[in-house]
Amino acid sequence: MNIELYKNLENSFGVTSLEVKNRNQSYIRVKKEMAVPLITHLKLVESYKHLSFFTIIDQIEKGEFELLYMLHSYSRNHDLGIIVSIERHETDMESIHHLWPAAETYQRELREMFGVEFPDSPGLYENFCLEGWEGIPPMRREFDTKRYSEDTFYKRPGRETNDPAKYMKEKIYPSEAETW
Amino acid sequence: MEKDMERRLYADTGAPEGSPVVNPDPRTLGDSSNIQLFNEQLKLLNSGLTEEDRLNFCDTPPEVIKPFRGHWENFLNWARSESLWILGFGTGCGAIELRPLMTSRFDMYQYGIQPRPTPRQSSIFVIGGYASVKTMKRIVRSYEQMQGPKFVLGLGSCTINGGMYYDSYNTVNRLDHYIPVDVYIAGCMPRPEALLAGLMELKTIIKEGRGEGANKYAENFEWYKANQKRIIKDWNMPDYNW
Amino acid sequence: MLSAILTKTFYTFISLMVILNYALLLIGSMARIRAKVQGRVGQPVWQPYIDIIKNYGKRTAVTHGVMFYLGPVFRLAGGLGTYLFMPVVYGFVMFENFSFSGDLLLVMYFIFFGQLGMALGAGESGHPYSPLGVSRGLAQMTAFELPFALAVISIVAQYGTLSITEIVAAQQGGWQNWVAFTNPFAMIAGMLAFLGMSMQNPFSVVIAPQEIPIGPPTEMHSAFLGMLQTNRAIFNGAKMVLFMNLFWGGATHKYLLVAILIMVVKTFLIYLYVNIVGASFPRFKTEQSIRFFLGVPTIIGIIAVILQSI
Repeated sequence: MNIELYKNLENSFGVTSLEVKNRNQSYIRVKKEMAVPLITHLKLVESYKHLSFFTIIDQIEKGEFELLYMLHSYSRNHDLGIIVSIERHETDMESIHHLWPAAETYQRELREMFGVEFPDSPGLYENFCLEGWEGIPPMRREFDTKRYSEDTFYKRPGRETNDPAKYMKEKIYPSEAETW
Repeated sequence: MEKDMERRLYADTGAPEGSPVVNPDPRTLGDSSNIQLFNEQLKLLNSGLTEEDRLNFCDTPPEVIKPFRGHWENFLNWARSESLWILGFGTGCGAIELRPLMTSRFDMYQYGIQPRPTPRQSSIFVIGGYASVKTMKRIVRSYEQMQGPKFVLGLGSCTINGGMYYDSYNTVNRLDHYIPVDVYIAGCMPRPEALLAGLMELKTIIKEGRGEGANKYAENFEWYKANQKRIIKDWNMPDYNW
Repeated sequence: MLSAILTKTFYTFISLMVILNYALLLIGSMARIRAKVQGRVGQPVWQPYIDIIKNYGKRTAVTHGVMFYLGPVFRLAGGLGTYLFMPVVYGFVMFENFSFSGDLLLVMYFIFFGQLGMALGAGESGHPYSPLGVSRGLAQMTAFELPFALAVISIVAQYGTLSITEIVAAQQGGWQNWVAFTNPFAMIAGMLAFLGMSMQNPFSVVIAPQEIPIGPPTEMHSAFLGMLQTNRAIFNGAKMVLFMNLFWGGATHKYLLVAILIMVVKTFLIYLYVNIVGASFPRFKTEQSIRFFLGVPTIIGIIAVILQSI
């Protein structure tokens, strides 16, 4: 990433902790209030015109969600990830559907899977994948998907599970397996 | 205030490590034993539909239709087994294995098997791999629209016991609790040869007169419906799709 | 009188059975030939029989109303009407059917009739793809009727008769008397129209399985579909016999079996021509096929009419 651009963003939007993964990919962090102004600026002024994806990482240990906006600039040939941390209690985030109409689908999905609300995003409460889901959104990490599956669906008895690494070793090198 | 309440449903305090996970038991959320299917005249209630929609749909439950006896039924079963029309509905990743069957290498046409784009005309439903709850709703709808005798072929481990998605919140573990299944093909993914072998197995099953899935469905209609309604939460379709 | 009626019924039955079985086997063998072109083994020749038996042997059926019942009936009436009003083998009472002096007009009407009946039945089913397929079919049909009608008009002007029997009679005495050689423009226009009529590949958008699942018969199932398949065989056979009669000198011989054999060979070649075209060309869109039929074939048809009327 262009270091000048980073300095600019640091001054005007309070961007922190630049992380350069490689020549074509870097990540920056920004406060929740400045996120949408920053993205608007990047799209309109700094040629990051393409929203590659928009997702959430559940950092349950820190008690926060990390929203990741991945932008791409064709002229710079560069991917820029903008990480915004929000509290797990305060799950409201400004919508970006006015910048990319396609973002409303992402936001619909994130509302359904993580319970993060994007006020004014069109069709936010329509079904995305789950239809008529009740209870905790399934992609949150406190949701125990195995237990839910056991409670909801009928298990077929006789299922065996092996540790893949161990199983492969035993199958491929049976003579050496005894010595481990 | 209302919004606050709504949010409380979703927002959870970041659970500290080691604390017990609070998970709502789905059995208490949608109790299957309370589902009422029939009214006094043994017609379907269609409780998922609105009042005016109910008039547009049939409320007759499926009936068991006894097969003929003797050679005539054997002859019809032979014809059924030699003319299997697959419903062109790829329900999961396994549908990719259906395409090679049409090509010159495997060529299912030589066994009298061909794809058919509409459930009304097809007689065999290949469930290709995992069936998510959302797909399950469509599977039930399509299956019920097929005309009996109809057969179901579960392709891949996911249809047998959930496969690699056995602990997913959205993948049905045992397909045969929701629709009757005639043949399972294990594997992830099974090769097209395995699919052909499964189809040949299905042929022998039909020829022996054991392919009575539609009648099984009609006999155990309430059990199947209770299972289906337990996972399909927004049931906005008729109870039986003619 | 009664015995005459009974004899006629018997003859009609025989003639119907011959064309039904022949056309089913022909459809089966052509599917196999197409499979060979694609490098496959292909379905057995008798597969159409099994499909029909299976469809009649289905245990359940759903109806959508009276017209839904009548749709396949009209379609079958169209197929039977086309077939029963023309001579199959010239010079034999058994295969002369109900041909009379104006049968050509009636046959042309019946080719259209089945589609219209099907449109009513398909509309009743309420499935959106059915009327879509019907509208495509009718649009395409209107387009290929034009060169076909021009070719027929040209032949009618050539021989001064509307009777298929007389047209066949006028072509006897060697291949040089066939319409195909005495009136080649009419033959070309007619054979191009036949491509559209048989709904093989360049003009198969009506039942395009990839976009509008199977088209008009989307909701047809069980015995309804069995009836449509039966009709498909009879109708295909009837159309091939009609074209053989109009352009390729009909089929006649001293001995009945040889005459039938001639009929078989000629219709087989006509259907093979359709399949060769079908295997070689991709599918047209509806507007493309309409443009095609209203272009070169229509011009050739007009030329044929003008040449005959000079």
